[in-house]
Amino acid sequence: MAPSEFHSQSAIELINVSRRFLSPQGKSFATLNDFNLSVANGEFIALVGPTGCGKSTTLNLITGLGKPSSGEVRVMGKRVEGIDPQIGFVFQADALFPWRNVLDNVIAGPLFRGEPRKDAVLRGRDWINRVGLAAFEGHYPHQLSGGMRKRVALAQTFINRPKILLMDEPFSALDVQTRVQMHEELLSLWSDAKASVVFVTHDLEEAIGLADKVYVLTSRPATIKSVYEINIPRPRVISEIRYDKKFIDLSRLIWRDLKEIVQSGNSVAQGG
Amino acid sequence: MVAISINDGAITYALGTSDAEIEAAARNAARTRHMKVVVWRLVVLAILMGSWELSARNTWIDPFFYSYPTEIILRLWEFIWEGSDGVSLWVHLYYTLTAALIGFLLGALAGIVCGIALGRNRMLSDIFSIYIKVLNAIPRVVLAPIFILILGFGLASKVAVAFVMVFFIVFANAFQGVREADRAMIANAQILGASSWQLTRSVIIPSAMSWIIASLHLSFSFAIVGAIVGEFIGSNKGIGHVIQLARGLHDVPLMFAAIIVVLVVVLAAEYAMTLIEHRLVKWRPASSSDAQA
Repeated sequence: MAPSEFHSQSAIELINVSRRFLSPQGKSFATLNDFNLSVANGEFIALVGPTGCGKSTTLNLITGLGKPSSGEVRVMGKRVEGIDPQIGFVFQADALFPWRNVLDNVIAGPLFRGEPRKDAVLRGRDWINRVGLAAFEGHYPHQLSGGMRKRVALAQTFINRPKILLMDEPFSALDVQTRVQMHEELLSLWSDAKASVVFVTHDLEEAIGLADKVYVLTSRPATIKSVYEINIPRPRVISEIRYDKKFIDLSRLIWRDLKEIVQSGNSVAQGG
Repeated sequence: MVAISINDGAITYALGTSDAEIEAAARNAARTRHMKVVVWRLVVLAILMGSWELSARNTWIDPFFYSYPTEIILRLWEFIWEGSDGVSLWVHLYYTLTAALIGFLLGALAGIVCGIALGRNRMLSDIFSIYIKVLNAIPRVVLAPIFILILGFGLASKVAVAFVMVFFIVFANAFQGVREADRAMIANAQILGASSWQLTRSVIIPSAMSWIIASLHLSFSFAIVGAIVGEFIGSNKGIGHVIQLARGLHDVPLMFAAIIVVLVVVLAAEYAMTLIEHRLVKWRPASSSDAQA
C-alpha cells in the first residue's frame, strides 16, 4: 500500500517504522520493515495476518513499551516517549492481578494515577455495573469464568478513559458464544468512549465484524499487503452479521488474500 | 440404606435413593475412613515404640546407647518440670527460640530485600550472582565456629548462624519469584499507569509472595537448626547446650527428650506458619507450595 497521507487528526501514526530484534544466538532480524499505518480519531481498525508476523510488535511500539529501531511512532500527534497515559491495552493472556478482587482490579489504574480511593471506588462500581458484574465485586479472578475475567479486564481498561485502545487477540481464549457476547459489549463500550481502536486478531470474522478497516499484513518482516473498508453500517449485531451478504463477500475476498500470504510465507512461524 | 456403596468417590445405589441419603452415606464413609487412618497411625506408633522398648529390655540393642521409650518419657517429664543443669527447660527453650527467631526475622528480611532488588535489576544480578553462588556452596554450619570466635558465646553468634541458614533459602525464592512474575501482568500494570515503585509494590512483591511464603515455611526449621548448631559449639544455655551436656554425661534419655522438645516446637511453628499463609494468600485457589531449598 502507498503510505497514506498523515493528516493532523490521526490518533496513531507509524511512519517508516522498522523494528529489529536480536535472536538468542545474537543474529539480528526484522519483524517490521518500513511499516506505515495511520489510524484516525475514533476509528476501529483490525490487523490480521499470519502468526508471528509482527502484529503484537506493532502494538508494543504504540504503547511505548517497545521502541522502533528506526522511523517514528506518533500518538495524538506527539512522538511516543515512554508509556502514554491515553492508551489502554487489553491482553490476550489473563493480565488481571489474582490477589485483588474485582473492584480492586478495576480501580488499579486510577489508584496508580493518584486518584483518591473514594472517587476511584465510585467510578469502579459504575464500570463493574456496566460490564454486568455488580454481584461479583468482591470475587477474586480465580473464582470467575474466562468471559467474566475479560469483562473485568475491559472495565479495568475503560475506567482510565483511554483515547486509544489496543487489543491483542483479547478474546481468542473464549468459547464462540461468549466471544460474540464480548464483541457486542466491546462495540457498545467503544461507541460510548469514542476511542480509536487497533484490534489484533487472526480470526478474520472477528476482524470484519468489529472493524471499520481491516489491514492484512504479510509474513515477517511485516508490511501492509492490503486494506479493506468494511462498509457494513453500525450499530452492528455481531450474532447476525455473519449472515449478511456484504460480510460474506468481504470474508471471501480477504480470505483469498490471506491464503496467498500463508502459502508464500510458510517458512516463517515463531513468536508474535 | 444398605443399597448405597461408596468407593473412592464412585457411588452405586439402588433406584429411588434420594440425594440426602447419598450425602449422608458419603459423610459416614468419610468419617469411617478418617477413623481408620487415625487408628492405623496409632498402631504404627505402638509397633515402633513397642519393638524399641522390647529390643532394649532384652538387650538386643544396647540400652546404654539407645535407652527405652519409657525412660525417655520419664526423663522428658523431669526435664519439663525440673529442667536440667539447674536451669528450667523454659529458659533453655527461650534462649534457643530467641536466637532462632531473631535470626529468622533478620535473615528473611534480608533475603526478601536482596532477592527482590537483584530480581528487579538485571545488572545487579549479573554482577552478584557469582558471589551468591560461591557463598551458597559453603555448608552453612561450618561458619558456626567462626561466628562463635568473632561474636562470642552469647546470643549474637547463634543469631548469626540462624541468619545464614535462612538468608539463602529466602533469597533464592524471592529472586525466583520476582523473575517468574507474569510479563503480561507487568505490562498491564505499566500501561494502567504504575510507576516503577508501584509496580514493585503492587505487582512484583505480591506475585513473588507465594514463593517467599513457601520459603519462610521451610526456613524456620532451618533457623532452629542454626541456633542449635551454634549452641553445640559454644554456649551456656539453650536446647543445643542441653544436648551437648547430656552427651558429655552419657545421659541418652535426656538427649532424646531434648530432641522431642525441638520436634514439638518445630511442628508448632510449622502449624502457625500455615495459618499465616492461609491468611496472606486467601486470593489463591488451593495449590501446592513451590519452595526450593
